[in-house]
Amino acid sequence: MIVIIDYNVGNLKSVTGAFKRIGLEAIVSRDEKVIREAKGIVLPGVGTFPTAMKNLERFHLVSLLKERKEAGIPILGICLGMQILFEKGYEVEETKGLGFIPGYVSYMDIDEKIPHMGWNQLHKTQNHLLLKYVHENEDVYFVHSYMAHVSDENLVAYSDYGSTKVTALVQNGNVMGCQFHPEKSGKVGQNILRAFKEMVEC
Amino acid sequence: MLTKRIIPCLDIKDGKVVKGVNFVGLKEVGDPIELAKKYDLQCADEVVFLDITASYENRNIMKDIIERGASELTIPLAVGGGIRTLDDFRMILASGADKVSVNSAAINNPQLIKEAADEFGVQCVVIAIDAKKRDDQSGWDVYVKGGRENTGLDLIEWVTKCENLGAGEVLLTSMDADGTKAGYDLDMLNAVCNAVDIPVIASGGCGSIQDIIEVFEKTDVDAALVASLFHFNEATVEEVRNECRKHGINVRRAM
Repeated sequence: MIVIIDYNVGNLKSVTGAFKRIGLEAIVSRDEKVIREAKGIVLPGVGTFPTAMKNLERFHLVSLLKERKEAGIPILGICLGMQILFEKGYEVEETKGLGFIPGYVSYMDIDEKIPHMGWNQLHKTQNHLLLKYVHENEDVYFVHSYMAHVSDENLVAYSDYGSTKVTALVQNGNVMGCQFHPEKSGKVGQNILRAFKEMVEC
Repeated sequence: MLTKRIIPCLDIKDGKVVKGVNFVGLKEVGDPIELAKKYDLQCADEVVFLDITASYENRNIMKDIIERGASELTIPLAVGGGIRTLDDFRMILASGADKVSVNSAAINNPQLIKEAADEFGVQCVVIAIDAKKRDDQSGWDVYVKGGRENTGLDLIEWVTKCENLGAGEVLLTSMDADGTKAGYDLDMLNAVCNAVDIPVIASGGCGSIQDIIEVFEKTDVDAALVASLFHFNEATVEEVRNECRKHGINVRRAM
């Protein structure tokens, strides 16, 4: 069983539905006991960085997530849920993130249409278990206006948008994050979640 | 590189997908979830559910359809039709839609765009605009009520204002082209693409695969909305994608 953290940031139906389709039991919860028992943690999220962090604090989830991270439980952040894994965000106002991955998140001040919305190709920069079933250049669905700035060591895959390399997938040990939405990325997304399922089950 | 999107649009009335035929009557074309899943399998880039009943009694039927759509589809879902308040946004997003498109309510109350963008994020606020060329050819006017009422707003002024208020995307329907099957309204789409920096979805006029290729080759739009072509099995999403690729248009790869 995995837990999809419920911290009042956007709808969780698609994420829940996606795990159901691959046969992984996923409970939507913010209950301490459920989170401690979960073999994997998914941090979804749509909205803004400060609201997401405020809600995590309000529900006393920050230290609990830290504890689970240190216990080696696989954690997967999706979209805003990935962004708050970083040390800092600059959306609305400078906000401290969970700090599970070194780096920061800022507005994509580039000469392209923002939000970066639609399907874009993944380019791998390192081999990672999460991309076990994903081939180079496969398309995934993005929708975001802010992006993570991360070292090569933590970058797993990026997408090209104009001349910008958009951070797409990141990792730091058992902590992983996708800027794109695997739950809305058709078969490719499903293959990423399937790889996460294997990590959780092994 | 970001791909061009092909978006099937499902007009939904009383829980069923319908399609207008030659400006008279509506033809029922199927169950929204079954149809949407078919397009999902064909690797459509996203799906739009447009509630054309939009009566209060209908809300629960729509809510149920959105919930089923969100849990069964593997691609993004946008929902529009009859959105009036922030609570409508909340209900639709909580039911599992990824984006909400708003039309006349934003004209009556432009602050709704800002409030929705602030609360739910710009990425889920789609401004739907129906526009028609002015008789003196000086530009386009924005219409509401299914094209029956001219608001007197200039299209370019309105779309720029919507962008400034926080709309994340524009769904632009040309009333001159809609229903003609003679191709998208390229002039109008170009004018809007030049005016704003947010993604634009072209709507109205699609009658063939060639029309979709043309709109991607001759304008800067990000997506093409398609209805009858798909609903009446005149083409599949796959066929459109393959033709696009032959013309060097970057589209999503099927698995």
